[in-house]
Amino acid sequence: MLRLSILISPITALGRGATFIVQEMGRIAMFFLRSFALIFSRPFQINKTTQQIYFIGAKSVFVICLTGAFTGMVLGLQGYYTLVKFGSTGFLGAAVALSLIRELGPVLTAIMVTGRAGSAMAAEVGIMRISEEIDALETMDINPLRFLVSPKLAAALISMPLLTALFDVVGILGGYLTGSLLLGISPGVYFMRIETSVIMDDVTGGFIKSVVFAVVIVTICCFQGYFTHTRAEGFGAKGVSLSTTSAVVISCVLILITDYVLTSFLL
Amino acid sequence: MREPLIQFKNVFKRFGDNHVLNGTDLSIYKGEITTIIGKSGGGKSVLLKHIIGLLEQDSGTILFEGRPVSDMKKAERKALKRKCSYMFQGTALFDSLTIYENIALPLKETTSLSDSEINRRVRDKMDQLDLHGIDDKYPSQLSGGMKKRVALARALVTDPEIILFDEPTTGLDPIRKKAVHEMISDYQQKFGFTGVVVSHDIPDIFHISQRVAMLNDGRILFEGNPVQLAQASDPDVKEFIQGLYINDGN
Repeated sequence: MLRLSILISPITALGRGATFIVQEMGRIAMFFLRSFALIFSRPFQINKTTQQIYFIGAKSVFVICLTGAFTGMVLGLQGYYTLVKFGSTGFLGAAVALSLIRELGPVLTAIMVTGRAGSAMAAEVGIMRISEEIDALETMDINPLRFLVSPKLAAALISMPLLTALFDVVGILGGYLTGSLLLGISPGVYFMRIETSVIMDDVTGGFIKSVVFAVVIVTICCFQGYFTHTRAEGFGAKGVSLSTTSAVVISCVLILITDYVLTSFLL
Repeated sequence: MREPLIQFKNVFKRFGDNHVLNGTDLSIYKGEITTIIGKSGGGKSVLLKHIIGLLEQDSGTILFEGRPVSDMKKAERKALKRKCSYMFQGTALFDSLTIYENIALPLKETTSLSDSEINRRVRDKMDQLDLHGIDDKYPSQLSGGMKKRVALARALVTDPEIILFDEPTTGLDPIRKKAVHEMISDYQQKFGFTGVVVSHDIPDIFHISQRVAMLNDGRILFEGNPVQLAQASDPDVKEFIQGLYINDGN
Protein backbone atom coordinates (compact mmCIF):
# COMPACT_ATOMS: atom_id res chain seq x y z
CA MET A 1 0.00 0.00 0.00
CA LEU A 2 2.84 2.36 0.97
CA ARG A 3 4.69 1.46 -2.23
CA LEU A 4 1.59 2.26 -4.30
CA SER A 5 1.17 5.66 -2.67
CA ILE A 6 4.86 6.45 -3.32
CA LEU A 7 4.23 5.68 -6.99
CA ILE A 8 0.97 7.62 -7.20
CA SER A 9 1.93 10.79 -5.30
CA PRO A 10 4.34 12.18 -7.96
CA ILE A 11 1.70 11.50 -10.63
CA THR A 12 -0.91 13.26 -8.50
CA ALA A 13 1.44 16.21 -7.98
CA LEU A 14 2.15 16.36 -11.71
CA GLY A 15 -1.56 16.31 -12.52
CA ARG A 16 -2.29 18.97 -9.91
CA GLY A 17 0.49 21.14 -11.32
CA ALA A 18 -0.74 20.70 -14.89
CA THR A 19 -4.33 21.52 -13.89
CA PHE A 20 -3.15 24.62 -12.04
CA ILE A 21 -1.20 25.85 -15.07
CA VAL A 22 -4.15 25.32 -17.42
CA GLN A 23 -6.51 27.10 -15.00
CA GLU A 24 -4.08 29.98 -14.55
CA MET A 25 -3.68 30.35 -18.34
CA GLY A 26 -7.46 30.44 -18.68
CA ARG A 27 -7.74 33.13 -16.01
CA ILE A 28 -5.00 35.20 -17.67
CA ALA A 29 -6.68 34.83 -21.08
CA MET A 30 -10.04 35.98 -19.65
CA PHE A 31 -8.32 38.86 -17.85
CA PHE A 32 -6.81 40.00 -21.16
CA LEU A 33 -9.98 39.55 -23.23
CA ARG A 34 -12.13 41.50 -20.76
CA SER A 35 -9.56 44.29 -20.45
CA PHE A 36 -9.17 44.48 -24.24
CA ALA A 37 -12.93 44.58 -24.87
CA LEU A 38 -13.31 47.35 -22.27
CA ILE A 39 -10.90 49.59 -24.22
CA PHE A 40 -13.77 50.15 -26.66
CA SER A 41 -16.48 50.78 -24.05
CA ARG A 42 -17.88 54.30 -23.92
CA PRO A 43 -17.01 56.88 -22.81
CA PHE A 44 -13.48 56.37 -24.16
CA GLN A 45 -10.77 56.97 -21.56
CA ILE A 46 -8.66 59.23 -23.73
CA ASN A 47 -7.03 61.19 -20.89
CA LYS A 48 -6.02 58.10 -18.95
CA THR A 49 -4.71 56.38 -22.10
CA THR A 50 -2.68 59.48 -23.02
CA GLN A 51 -1.16 59.57 -19.52
CA GLN A 52 -0.21 55.92 -19.89
CA ILE A 53 1.31 56.52 -23.33
CA TYR A 54 3.44 59.18 -21.68
CA PHE A 55 4.41 56.78 -18.86
CA ILE A 56 4.99 53.63 -20.94
CA GLY A 57 6.14 55.27 -24.16
CA ALA A 58 7.61 58.75 -23.75
CA LYS A 59 9.38 58.02 -20.47
CA SER A 60 10.98 54.90 -21.98
CA VAL A 61 12.54 56.78 -24.90
CA PHE A 62 15.85 57.49 -23.19
CA VAL A 63 16.45 53.92 -22.01
CA ILE A 64 15.38 52.54 -25.42
CA CYS A 65 17.80 54.87 -27.23
CA LEU A 66 20.59 53.92 -24.86
CA THR A 67 20.10 50.16 -25.14
CA GLY A 68 19.38 50.40 -28.87
CA ALA A 69 22.61 52.31 -29.52
CA PHE A 70 24.81 49.89 -27.59
CA THR A 71 23.06 46.82 -29.03
CA GLY A 72 23.69 48.16 -32.56
CA MET A 73 27.29 49.02 -31.69
CA VAL A 74 28.05 45.57 -30.30
CA LEU A 75 26.34 43.95 -33.32
CA GLY A 76 28.54 46.10 -35.56
CA LEU A 77 31.68 44.96 -33.75
CA GLN A 78 30.78 41.27 -33.53
CA GLY A 79 29.42 41.22 -37.07
CA TYR A 80 32.50 42.87 -38.52
CA TYR A 81 34.97 40.43 -36.92
CA THR A 82 32.84 37.46 -38.02
CA LEU A 83 32.31 38.67 -41.58
CA VAL A 84 35.92 39.72 -42.08
CA LYS A 85 36.93 36.02 -41.87
CA PHE A 86 34.83 35.38 -44.99
CA GLY A 87 35.73 38.63 -46.71
CA SER A 88 32.12 39.77 -46.57
CA THR A 89 32.28 42.89 -44.42
CA GLY A 90 30.09 44.64 -46.97
CA PHE A 91 27.14 42.66 -45.61
CA LEU A 92 27.49 44.17 -42.13
CA GLY A 93 24.64 46.63 -42.68
CA ALA A 94 22.28 43.83 -43.71
CA ALA A 95 23.32 41.63 -40.75
CA VAL A 96 22.83 44.44 -38.21
CA ALA A 97 19.52 45.66 -39.67
CA LEU A 98 17.95 42.21 -40.07
CA SER A 99 19.02 41.11 -36.58
CA LEU A 100 17.53 44.26 -35.09
CA ILE A 101 14.33 44.51 -37.11
CA ARG A 102 13.42 40.82 -36.93
CA GLU A 103 14.58 39.85 -33.44
CA LEU A 104 16.55 42.09 -31.16
CA GLY A 105 14.51 45.25 -31.61
CA PRO A 106 11.14 43.84 -30.50
CA VAL A 107 12.60 41.49 -27.87
CA LEU A 108 14.97 43.93 -26.16
CA THR A 109 12.41 46.75 -26.30
CA ALA A 110 9.87 44.47 -24.63
CA ILE A 111 12.34 43.44 -21.93
CA MET A 112 13.30 47.05 -21.22
CA VAL A 113 9.63 48.12 -21.06
CA THR A 114 8.94 45.19 -18.72
CA GLY A 115 11.70 46.33 -16.38
CA ARG A 116 10.79 50.01 -16.51
CA ALA A 117 6.99 50.13 -16.86
CA GLY A 118 5.77 46.56 -16.28
CA SER A 119 7.24 46.31 -12.79
CA ALA A 120 5.68 49.69 -11.92
CA MET A 121 2.29 48.49 -13.20
CA ALA A 122 2.43 45.34 -11.07
CA ALA A 123 3.44 47.31 -7.96
CA GLU A 124 0.83 50.03 -8.53
CA VAL A 125 -2.05 47.61 -9.05
CA GLY A 126 -0.82 45.40 -6.18
CA ILE A 127 -0.73 48.32 -3.74
CA MET A 128 -4.21 49.37 -4.88
CA ARG A 129 -5.38 45.84 -4.15
CA ILE A 130 -3.95 45.59 -0.64
CA SER A 131 -5.13 49.09 0.31
CA GLU A 132 -8.69 48.14 -0.75
CA GLU A 133 -8.74 50.73 -3.56
CA ILE A 134 -9.84 48.05 -6.04
CA ASP A 135 -12.61 46.99 -3.65
CA ALA A 136 -13.60 50.65 -3.40
CA LEU A 137 -13.91 50.81 -7.21
CA GLU A 138 -16.19 47.77 -7.15
CA THR A 139 -18.41 49.26 -4.46
CA MET A 140 -18.72 52.41 -6.60
CA ASP A 141 -19.75 50.22 -9.55
CA ILE A 142 -16.63 51.23 -11.46
CA ASN A 143 -15.19 48.29 -13.37
CA PRO A 144 -11.60 47.95 -12.05
CA LEU A 145 -10.38 46.33 -15.26
CA ARG A 146 -11.74 49.19 -17.34
CA PHE A 147 -10.45 51.81 -14.93
CA LEU A 148 -7.00 50.35 -14.30
CA VAL A 149 -5.98 47.84 -16.95
CA SER A 150 -7.63 48.93 -20.23
CA PRO A 151 -5.86 52.32 -20.51
CA LYS A 152 -2.50 50.61 -19.84
CA LEU A 153 -3.23 47.97 -22.47
CA ALA A 154 -4.29 50.54 -25.08
CA ALA A 155 -1.23 52.67 -24.32
CA ALA A 156 1.14 49.70 -24.58
CA LEU A 157 -0.41 48.63 -27.91
CA ILE A 158 0.28 52.12 -29.27
CA SER A 159 3.67 52.68 -27.63
CA MET A 160 5.43 49.36 -28.17
CA PRO A 161 5.61 49.41 -32.01
CA LEU A 162 6.86 53.02 -31.86
CA LEU A 163 9.50 52.19 -29.26
CA THR A 164 10.54 49.14 -31.29
CA ALA A 165 10.91 51.31 -34.41
CA LEU A 166 13.03 53.76 -32.41
CA PHE A 167 15.18 50.92 -31.06
CA ASP A 168 15.71 49.60 -34.61
CA VAL A 169 16.71 53.00 -36.02
CA VAL A 170 19.06 53.86 -33.15
CA GLY A 171 20.54 50.34 -33.30
CA ILE A 172 21.23 50.65 -37.05
CA LEU A 173 22.95 53.99 -36.38
CA GLY A 174 24.95 52.30 -33.59
CA GLY A 175 26.06 49.63 -36.07
CA TYR A 176 27.05 52.36 -38.50
CA LEU A 177 29.09 54.04 -35.75
CA THR A 178 31.23 50.97 -35.09
CA GLY A 179 31.14 49.42 -38.59
CA SER A 180 31.75 52.53 -40.68
CA LEU A 181 33.22 55.22 -38.46
CA LEU A 182 35.45 52.97 -36.31
CA LEU A 183 36.21 49.99 -38.51
CA GLY A 184 36.16 51.66 -41.89
CA ILE A 185 33.31 50.07 -43.88
CA SER A 186 31.99 52.46 -46.50
CA PRO A 187 28.80 54.19 -45.25
CA GLY A 188 27.30 53.87 -48.73
CA VAL A 189 27.80 50.11 -48.70
CA TYR A 190 26.47 49.82 -45.14
CA PHE A 191 23.19 51.61 -45.92
CA MET A 192 22.86 50.20 -49.47
CA ARG A 193 22.97 46.64 -48.05
CA ILE A 194 20.28 47.55 -45.55
CA GLU A 195 18.08 48.93 -48.33
CA THR A 196 18.49 45.87 -50.54
CA SER A 197 18.15 43.19 -47.85
CA VAL A 198 15.35 44.46 -45.61
CA ILE A 199 11.88 43.83 -47.00
CA MET A 200 8.51 44.98 -45.74
CA ASP A 201 7.73 41.53 -44.27
CA ASP A 202 10.69 41.91 -41.90
CA VAL A 203 9.36 45.23 -40.63
CA THR A 204 5.77 43.93 -40.37
CA GLY A 205 6.99 40.83 -38.51
CA GLY A 206 8.88 43.00 -36.01
CA PHE A 207 5.80 45.12 -35.41
CA ILE A 208 3.56 42.06 -34.99
CA LYS A 209 5.98 40.82 -32.33
CA SER A 210 5.99 44.18 -30.55
CA VAL A 211 2.17 44.21 -30.41
CA VAL A 212 2.08 40.65 -29.00
CA PHE A 213 4.76 41.56 -26.45
CA ALA A 214 2.72 44.61 -25.40
CA VAL A 215 -0.20 42.28 -24.66
CA VAL A 216 2.09 39.91 -22.72
CA ILE A 217 3.66 42.67 -20.60
CA VAL A 218 0.47 44.48 -19.60
CA THR A 219 -1.58 41.32 -19.08
CA ILE A 220 1.01 39.52 -16.94
CA CYS A 221 2.10 42.54 -14.91
CA CYS A 222 -1.44 43.79 -14.19
CA PHE A 223 -2.68 40.24 -13.52
CA GLN A 224 0.06 39.66 -10.96
CA GLY A 225 -0.75 42.94 -9.21
CA TYR A 226 -4.51 42.47 -9.43
CA PHE A 227 -4.40 39.10 -7.68
CA THR A 228 -1.69 40.00 -5.14
CA HIS A 229 -4.10 39.25 -2.29
CA THR A 230 -4.55 35.63 -3.40
CA ARG A 231 -0.85 34.78 -3.04
CA ALA A 232 -0.36 32.05 -0.48
CA GLU A 233 3.27 32.90 0.25
CA GLY A 234 2.93 36.54 1.26
CA PHE A 235 0.49 39.27 2.22
CA GLY A 236 0.75 43.04 2.28
CA ALA A 237 4.01 44.65 1.21
CA LYS A 238 5.69 41.24 0.90
CA GLY A 239 2.90 40.08 -1.42
CA VAL A 240 3.37 43.16 -3.61
CA SER A 241 7.13 42.60 -3.80
CA LEU A 242 6.59 38.94 -4.77
CA SER A 243 3.99 39.93 -7.36
CA THR A 244 6.34 42.49 -8.90
CA THR A 245 9.17 39.96 -9.10
CA SER A 246 6.88 37.32 -10.61
CA ALA A 247 5.50 39.86 -13.08
CA VAL A 248 8.95 40.72 -14.42
CA VAL A 249 10.24 37.13 -14.50
CA ILE A 250 7.12 35.63 -16.11
CA SER A 251 6.87 38.48 -18.64
CA CYS A 252 10.51 38.09 -19.71
CA VAL A 253 10.22 34.31 -20.03
CA LEU A 254 6.96 34.59 -21.98
CA ILE A 255 8.46 37.25 -24.28
CA LEU A 256 11.23 34.82 -25.25
CA ILE A 257 8.85 31.88 -25.65
CA THR A 258 6.34 33.85 -27.75
CA ASP A 259 9.24 35.24 -29.78
CA TYR A 260 10.25 31.71 -30.74
CA VAL A 261 6.66 30.74 -31.58
CA LEU A 262 6.05 33.89 -33.63
CA THR A 263 9.36 33.58 -35.46
CA SER A 264 8.57 30.02 -36.47
CA PHE A 265 5.26 31.24 -37.95
CA LEU A 266 6.65 34.38 -39.57
CA LEU A 267 9.67 32.85 -41.27
CA MET B 1 -45.25 42.72 9.92
CA ARG B 2 -42.48 44.80 8.32
CA GLU B 3 -40.40 43.11 5.67
CA PRO B 4 -36.63 43.60 6.00
CA LEU B 5 -34.83 45.43 3.22
CA ILE B 6 -31.80 43.18 3.59
CA GLN B 7 -31.90 39.83 5.31
CA PHE B 8 -29.19 37.28 6.12
CA LYS B 9 -30.48 33.74 6.50
CA ASN B 10 -28.14 31.16 7.96
CA VAL B 11 -25.09 32.62 6.19
CA PHE B 12 -21.76 30.83 6.48
CA LYS B 13 -18.38 32.13 5.41
CA ARG B 14 -14.96 30.80 6.18
CA PHE B 15 -11.43 31.68 5.13
CA GLY B 16 -9.38 28.49 5.34
CA ASP B 17 -10.01 27.10 8.82
CA ASN B 18 -11.31 30.40 10.15
CA HIS B 19 -15.12 30.31 10.32
CA VAL B 20 -16.03 33.98 10.23
CA LEU B 21 -19.77 33.80 9.68
CA ASN B 22 -21.28 30.77 11.31
CA GLY B 23 -24.98 30.70 10.51
CA THR B 24 -25.60 34.45 10.64
CA ASP B 25 -29.22 35.64 10.67
CA LEU B 26 -29.76 39.38 10.46
CA SER B 27 -32.50 41.76 9.35
CA ILE B 28 -31.91 45.33 8.20
CA TYR B 29 -34.96 47.54 7.78
CA LYS B 30 -35.52 50.32 5.29
CA GLY B 31 -34.94 53.86 6.50
CA GLU B 32 -33.24 52.80 9.72
CA ILE B 33 -29.71 52.88 10.99
CA THR B 34 -28.60 49.45 12.16
CA THR B 35 -25.40 49.29 14.17
CA ILE B 36 -23.39 46.11 14.30
CA ILE B 37 -21.26 45.67 17.38
CA GLY B 38 -18.97 42.85 18.40
CA LYS B 39 -15.40 41.95 19.20
CA SER B 40 -12.60 43.16 16.93
CA GLY B 41 -11.82 40.61 14.23
CA GLY B 42 -15.23 39.02 14.73
CA GLY B 43 -16.40 39.33 11.13
CA LYS B 44 -18.34 42.62 11.20
CA SER B 45 -16.54 44.01 8.14
CA VAL B 46 -16.93 40.64 6.38
CA LEU B 47 -20.67 40.88 7.01
CA LEU B 48 -20.78 44.37 5.46
CA LYS B 49 -18.82 43.17 2.43
CA HIS B 50 -21.43 40.47 1.85
CA ILE B 51 -24.14 43.13 1.65
CA ILE B 52 -22.41 45.02 -1.15
CA GLY B 53 -21.25 41.90 -2.97
CA LEU B 54 -17.50 42.20 -2.36
CA LEU B 55 -17.64 38.72 -0.80
CA GLU B 56 -19.95 35.81 -1.51
CA GLN B 57 -21.21 33.51 1.18
CA ASP B 58 -20.21 29.83 1.21
CA SER B 59 -23.79 28.87 2.05
CA GLY B 60 -27.00 30.48 3.24
CA THR B 61 -29.06 33.23 1.64
CA ILE B 62 -28.88 37.00 1.49
CA LEU B 63 -32.20 38.56 0.51
CA PHE B 64 -32.79 42.04 -0.83
CA GLU B 65 -36.43 43.12 -0.64
CA GLY B 66 -37.31 39.46 -0.18
CA ARG B 67 -35.35 38.22 -3.22
CA PRO B 68 -32.17 36.17 -2.97
CA VAL B 69 -29.29 38.28 -4.31
CA SER B 70 -27.72 35.12 -5.77
CA ASP B 71 -30.80 34.68 -8.03
CA MET B 72 -30.59 38.22 -9.41
CA LYS B 73 -29.48 38.90 -12.96
CA LYS B 74 -26.29 40.82 -13.61
CA ALA B 75 -28.19 44.03 -14.40
CA GLU B 76 -30.24 43.72 -11.22
CA ARG B 77 -27.11 43.24 -9.13
CA LYS B 78 -25.57 46.26 -10.82
CA ALA B 79 -28.67 48.31 -9.99
CA LEU B 80 -28.48 47.11 -6.38
CA LYS B 81 -24.82 48.07 -6.17
CA ARG B 82 -25.63 51.55 -7.48
CA LYS B 83 -28.05 52.03 -4.59
CA CYS B 84 -25.28 51.28 -2.09
CA SER B 85 -22.25 53.11 -0.91
CA TYR B 86 -19.45 51.84 1.31
CA MET B 87 -17.14 53.69 3.63
CA PHE B 88 -14.05 51.58 4.26
CA GLN B 89 -12.40 51.17 7.63
CA GLY B 90 -9.02 52.05 6.11
CA THR B 91 -10.63 54.81 3.97
CA ALA B 92 -9.44 53.22 0.64
CA LEU B 93 -8.81 56.64 -0.88
CA PHE B 94 -6.87 56.71 -4.14
CA ASP B 95 -3.33 57.77 -3.30
CA SER B 96 -2.62 59.05 -6.80
CA LEU B 97 -5.73 61.26 -6.97
CA THR B 98 -6.24 64.59 -5.23
CA ILE B 99 -8.90 64.98 -2.54
CA TYR B 100 -11.27 66.69 -4.97
CA GLU B 101 -10.74 63.95 -7.59
CA ASN B 102 -11.30 61.26 -4.94
CA ILE B 103 -14.68 62.69 -3.92
CA ALA B 104 -15.73 63.41 -7.51
CA LEU B 105 -14.66 59.98 -8.81
CA PRO B 106 -17.97 58.06 -8.40
CA LEU B 107 -19.89 60.91 -10.05
CA LYS B 108 -17.41 61.25 -12.91
CA GLU B 109 -17.22 57.55 -13.63
CA THR B 110 -20.80 56.41 -13.14
CA THR B 111 -22.99 59.40 -14.06
CA SER B 112 -23.36 61.72 -17.03
CA LEU B 113 -23.57 64.85 -14.86
CA SER B 114 -21.96 68.03 -16.15
CA ASP B 115 -18.67 69.18 -14.65
CA SER B 116 -20.40 72.14 -13.00
CA GLU B 117 -23.01 69.89 -11.35
CA ILE B 118 -20.29 67.50 -10.15
CA ASN B 119 -18.37 70.47 -8.79
CA ARG B 120 -21.47 71.75 -6.95
CA ARG B 121 -22.16 68.37 -5.34
CA VAL B 122 -18.54 67.83 -4.32
CA ARG B 123 -18.33 71.36 -2.85
CA ASP B 124 -21.56 70.76 -0.90
CA LYS B 125 -20.17 67.63 0.74
CA MET B 126 -16.79 69.19 1.41
CA ASP B 127 -18.43 72.18 3.09
CA GLN B 128 -20.71 70.00 5.19
CA LEU B 129 -17.76 67.93 6.37
CA ASP B 130 -15.55 70.93 7.07
CA LEU B 131 -13.06 70.00 4.36
CA HIS B 132 -11.70 73.34 3.25
CA GLY B 133 -8.55 74.21 1.32
CA ILE B 134 -7.47 70.65 0.67
CA ASP B 135 -8.77 70.20 -2.91
CA ASP B 136 -5.33 69.76 -4.43
CA LYS B 137 -3.78 67.78 -1.61
CA TYR B 138 -3.22 64.03 -1.77
CA PRO B 139 -4.48 61.56 0.86
CA SER B 140 -0.95 60.95 2.14
CA GLN B 141 -0.75 64.65 3.08
CA LEU B 142 -3.77 64.45 5.40
CA SER B 143 -4.22 63.28 8.97
CA GLY B 144 -6.09 60.04 9.69
CA GLY B 145 -9.18 61.90 10.88
CA MET B 146 -9.32 64.10 7.83
CA LYS B 147 -8.96 61.07 5.55
CA LYS B 148 -11.97 59.55 7.32
CA ARG B 149 -14.02 62.64 6.54
CA VAL B 150 -12.92 62.59 2.90
CA ALA B 151 -13.95 58.92 2.70
CA LEU B 152 -17.29 59.85 4.22
CA ALA B 153 -17.75 62.65 1.69
CA ARG B 154 -17.03 60.18 -1.13
CA ALA B 155 -19.55 57.71 0.30
CA LEU B 156 -22.26 60.38 0.53
CA VAL B 157 -21.64 62.27 -2.71
CA THR B 158 -23.80 59.96 -4.84
CA ASP B 159 -26.78 60.31 -2.43
CA PRO B 160 -27.12 56.52 -2.08
CA GLU B 161 -30.15 54.73 -0.65
CA ILE B 162 -28.08 52.33 1.45
CA ILE B 163 -24.83 53.33 3.12
CA LEU B 164 -22.50 50.90 4.82
CA PHE B 165 -20.14 52.50 7.31
CA ASP B 166 -17.19 50.44 8.47
CA GLU B 167 -16.01 52.11 11.68
CA PRO B 168 -16.61 55.66 10.40
CA THR B 169 -15.27 57.43 13.51
CA THR B 170 -12.25 55.35 14.49
CA GLY B 171 -9.27 57.67 14.91
CA LEU B 172 -11.35 60.84 15.23
CA ASP B 173 -11.29 63.16 18.23
CA PRO B 174 -14.49 63.33 20.36
CA ILE B 175 -15.69 66.56 18.73
CA ARG B 176 -15.26 65.19 15.19
CA LYS B 177 -16.82 61.89 16.28
CA LYS B 178 -19.89 63.73 17.49
CA ALA B 179 -19.98 65.77 14.28
CA VAL B 180 -19.82 62.63 12.11
CA HIS B 181 -22.55 60.93 14.17
CA GLU B 182 -24.73 64.01 13.88
CA MET B 183 -24.09 64.22 10.18
CA ILE B 184 -25.03 60.57 9.63
CA SER B 185 -28.16 61.10 11.69
CA ASP B 186 -29.08 64.39 9.98
CA TYR B 187 -28.58 62.91 6.53
CA GLN B 188 -30.57 59.86 7.46
CA GLN B 189 -33.48 62.00 8.66
CA LYS B 190 -33.25 64.28 5.64
CA PHE B 191 -32.88 61.65 2.89
CA GLY B 192 -34.16 58.58 4.71
CA PHE B 193 -31.33 56.30 3.63
CA THR B 194 -30.77 52.92 5.20
CA GLY B 195 -27.55 52.80 7.17
CA VAL B 196 -25.52 49.90 8.45
CA VAL B 197 -22.77 50.99 10.80
CA VAL B 198 -19.99 48.88 12.25
CA SER B 199 -18.85 50.75 15.33
CA HIS B 200 -17.25 50.49 18.75
CA ASP B 201 -18.44 53.93 19.82
CA ILE B 202 -20.71 52.66 22.56
CA PRO B 203 -22.92 54.26 23.84
CA ASP B 204 -22.62 57.29 21.47
CA ILE B 205 -23.57 55.33 18.38
CA PHE B 206 -26.82 54.17 20.02
CA HIS B 207 -28.12 57.76 19.97
CA ILE B 208 -28.35 57.62 16.18
CA SER B 209 -29.25 53.93 15.77
CA GLN B 210 -32.75 52.53 15.56
CA ARG B 211 -31.47 48.96 15.78
CA VAL B 212 -28.43 47.21 17.17
CA ALA B 213 -27.12 43.74 16.34
CA MET B 214 -24.32 42.03 18.20
CA LEU B 215 -22.14 39.60 16.27
CA ASN B 216 -20.39 36.99 18.36
CA ASP B 217 -18.56 33.89 17.08
CA GLY B 218 -20.10 34.37 13.63
CA ARG B 219 -23.67 34.53 14.90
CA ILE B 220 -26.02 37.34 15.79
CA LEU B 221 -26.29 37.10 19.54
CA PHE B 222 -28.64 40.05 19.97
CA GLU B 223 -30.90 42.03 17.65
CA GLY B 224 -33.15 44.84 18.83
CA ASN B 225 -33.25 48.51 19.72
CA PRO B 226 -30.69 50.20 22.00
CA VAL B 227 -33.08 50.14 24.99
CA GLN B 228 -33.56 46.39 24.61
CA LEU B 229 -29.78 45.99 24.39
CA ALA B 230 -29.30 47.83 27.68
CA GLN B 231 -31.83 45.47 29.27
CA ALA B 232 -30.45 42.30 27.65
CA SER B 233 -30.07 39.38 30.01
CA ASP B 234 -27.65 37.33 27.87
CA PRO B 235 -24.37 37.15 29.86
CA ASP B 236 -22.17 37.52 26.73
CA VAL B 237 -24.03 40.66 25.64
CA LYS B 238 -23.87 42.11 29.15
CA GLU B 239 -20.18 41.30 29.45
CA PHE B 240 -19.41 42.97 26.11
CA ILE B 241 -21.36 46.14 26.90
CA GLN B 242 -19.99 46.40 30.43
CA GLY B 243 -16.47 45.73 29.18
CA LEU B 244 -16.78 48.62 26.74
CA TYR B 245 -18.11 50.95 29.43
CA ILE B 246 -15.22 50.03 31.74
CA ASN B 247 -12.68 50.51 28.94
CA ASP B 248 -14.23 53.88 28.09
CA GLY B 249 -14.05 54.88 31.75
CA ASN B 250 -17.81 55.34 31.88
